[in-house]
Amino acid sequence: MLIDFLQLSLVPMLIAVLASMACALPGNFLVLRQQSLIGDAVSHVVLPGVVGAFVVTGTIATAPMLIGAAVAALFAVGLIEIIRRLGKVEPGAAMGVVFTALFAAGVVWLEQSNSASVHLDVEHVLYGNLESLIWLDAESWASLVNPAALATVPEQLGRLAWVMAVVAIVIWVLWRPLVIGTFDPAFAASAGARPGLTSLALLVVVALSAVAAFEAVGAIIVVAMFICPAAAARLMTNKLHTQVAWSLGFAATAAIGGYTLAAWGPIWLGFENSVSAAGMIATTGGLILLLACCFGPCRRSR
Amino acid sequence: MNPLLDALLLRTGYNTTLVTIGAALLGAAAGAIGTFVLLRRRSLASDAAGHAALPGLAAAFILMAMTSGNGRWLPGLMIGAAISAALGLVVVHAITARTRLKEDAAIGVVLSVFFGLGVVLLTVVQALPSGNQAGIASYLLGSAAGMLRSEAELIAIMAALTALSVFILRRPLSMLCFDPDYAAISGVRVRLTDAALSVILLAVVITSLKVVGLVLSVALSIMPAVAARFWTDRVQHMVPVSAALGAAGAYAGAAISSSAPSLPTGAVIVLIMFGMFVVSLLFAPARGVLATAIRHQAFRRRVHRRQGLLALDRQESIHDGMTLRLLRQSGWIRRDGVPTPAGVLAARDAAHDEALWRLHGDRYPGDSAALHYHRIVPIKQVLPADALADLEALLAAQPARKSHATTRLAPAGY
Repeated sequence: MLIDFLQLSLVPMLIAVLASMACALPGNFLVLRQQSLIGDAVSHVVLPGVVGAFVVTGTIATAPMLIGAAVAALFAVGLIEIIRRLGKVEPGAAMGVVFTALFAAGVVWLEQSNSASVHLDVEHVLYGNLESLIWLDAESWASLVNPAALATVPEQLGRLAWVMAVVAIVIWVLWRPLVIGTFDPAFAASAGARPGLTSLALLVVVALSAVAAFEAVGAIIVVAMFICPAAAARLMTNKLHTQVAWSLGFAATAAIGGYTLAAWGPIWLGFENSVSAAGMIATTGGLILLLACCFGPCRRSR
Repeated sequence: MNPLLDALLLRTGYNTTLVTIGAALLGAAAGAIGTFVLLRRRSLASDAAGHAALPGLAAAFILMAMTSGNGRWLPGLMIGAAISAALGLVVVHAITARTRLKEDAAIGVVLSVFFGLGVVLLTVVQALPSGNQAGIASYLLGSAAGMLRSEAELIAIMAALTALSVFILRRPLSMLCFDPDYAAISGVRVRLTDAALSVILLAVVITSLKVVGLVLSVALSIMPAVAARFWTDRVQHMVPVSAALGAAGAYAGAAISSSAPSLPTGAVIVLIMFGMFVVSLLFAPARGVLATAIRHQAFRRRVHRRQGLLALDRQESIHDGMTLRLLRQSGWIRRDGVPTPAGVLAARDAAHDEALWRLHGDRYPGDSAALHYHRIVPIKQVLPADALADLEALLAAQPARKSHATTRLAPAGY
């Protein structure tokens, strides 16, 4: 049982926690800036980026895929801005136009190029492959300090830890301009805080965490974790520091709770198969938000 | 014969023809309702509805597979999808109304959480023993190929009904979009009409499930409307333009993908509609980028020509290159900047016109401001003859303001 847990569950759980927290952190600002759907748009356009990287390099190696996805995300954000400015289109509609078109382009491109039935499909992009990130070399708790065994830990874990650290550092460094730009862009501009530049930095952080998390856990968790923990935390407190802390807690709870429910919930109910961990984590995030909506101390605006 | 041409000309059999026509009807209905969705700024609510349809779809599949053994009965799937999509819209509304979270967060929450729940149920579907789970994934991205005749007929009928209800409700809907308060005092039941908008939107989403798929169904109501917005400023024109664009895009997309079954129908339709959007954005005569740029350029030339003439009249020196070039092109100044006789006359006319405009502005400031002509259009093209005659008489009664250009000919550049 313990070995099973170490080999099959510990690493996916940690990855889910890191991915959720890396998304929830910038998500706080997205929710406050009423840009929640940027996360949704970014996670849709990751598909053409990944397909493009596959077509260009011919492999499904991770590095080119991450680069392709990041390029596609920034391209989409630029395109939304161009359409919004050039055509004076309402932001929501501009976003809808861009991300559906890019996602559709990704789907068609995938069908056209995927002759050799490489392991790359739309379902994979949506659901991720959390369950497959296992650590077979773990034999006991001692493996956690054994360098030989640690070397075979799925690389996504280390990468997400890095991304989590980068996201946290960027937000820590940019904290003041981000906060001013979020609550009072006009004052931020007059005080020399360059709100446009901070917004761009926030977008880059969002793209970075979306791409890194998506590769490990799929697009659903990414969208859910950008919004749910931050939205729930917003209903708990009026202080931004406290809200960020709540959101990180909620993200970790959703990841661990969702993974547990997905892996063992069906067994407790008497079924044999486990269900999608990615979907369950998103659902748990929704349940947390539901509780916050019903009982959160700051759920109504004053 | 080319299979694509066959498909476009409806020569590939009854089912495909029905699907293609059904898709066109669906595109028309979605385009028409999309106009109101766009004007009401609720474009992304339909995204939430599309994604929120998944758990209902999967639950209906599981329920039907467990009771009757066949989970793929389309009407049952549509009912399940409609229930959960409606629930999703209700939750969006409840979160926005009851908590301090804004609509964008509510939409994002609903679409991701419902979709996540749907994925969980999909993994349950995959574990069903009956082995008939194949095909449910096609509801994610749509597939018009290999559709049953009864399904195609159902889709065509639902699309026609939806298009009809948009047509019937077009008046209250447009009043609602532009002025909800005025709509209310004119006897339009605002809440009811808003609910009708949501119901039609839901109908479009669930009708499009099989053809376009739930991930991309939002594009069906956004893209034609956003594209149509570039072609006109009037809602009674925008609705038919949007419906026509939607119908054409969906028709072509369904035909192309039925001739090439590996292409997901939804993606092809969305790409074709995006192409229409780009063409509209760039080339539409009313608000397209090119037309706007041309109009802007024409406006600039007008302003420069007018200001150049006024400067000639006041014998001020002109240094602006564009002004000099325009005046030269019109034959109003010589190459060395000296006004030609025609230029002198034109300058005097411009000065006279300017004096009339100034007088009009002094006497009727409200009217003058409301005209928005920025004094670059000759006043006689704007005012009726009698009003103009009054102004002329007033101007003649004023102490004469000498027009310099008639008395001294000096190079404009000095």
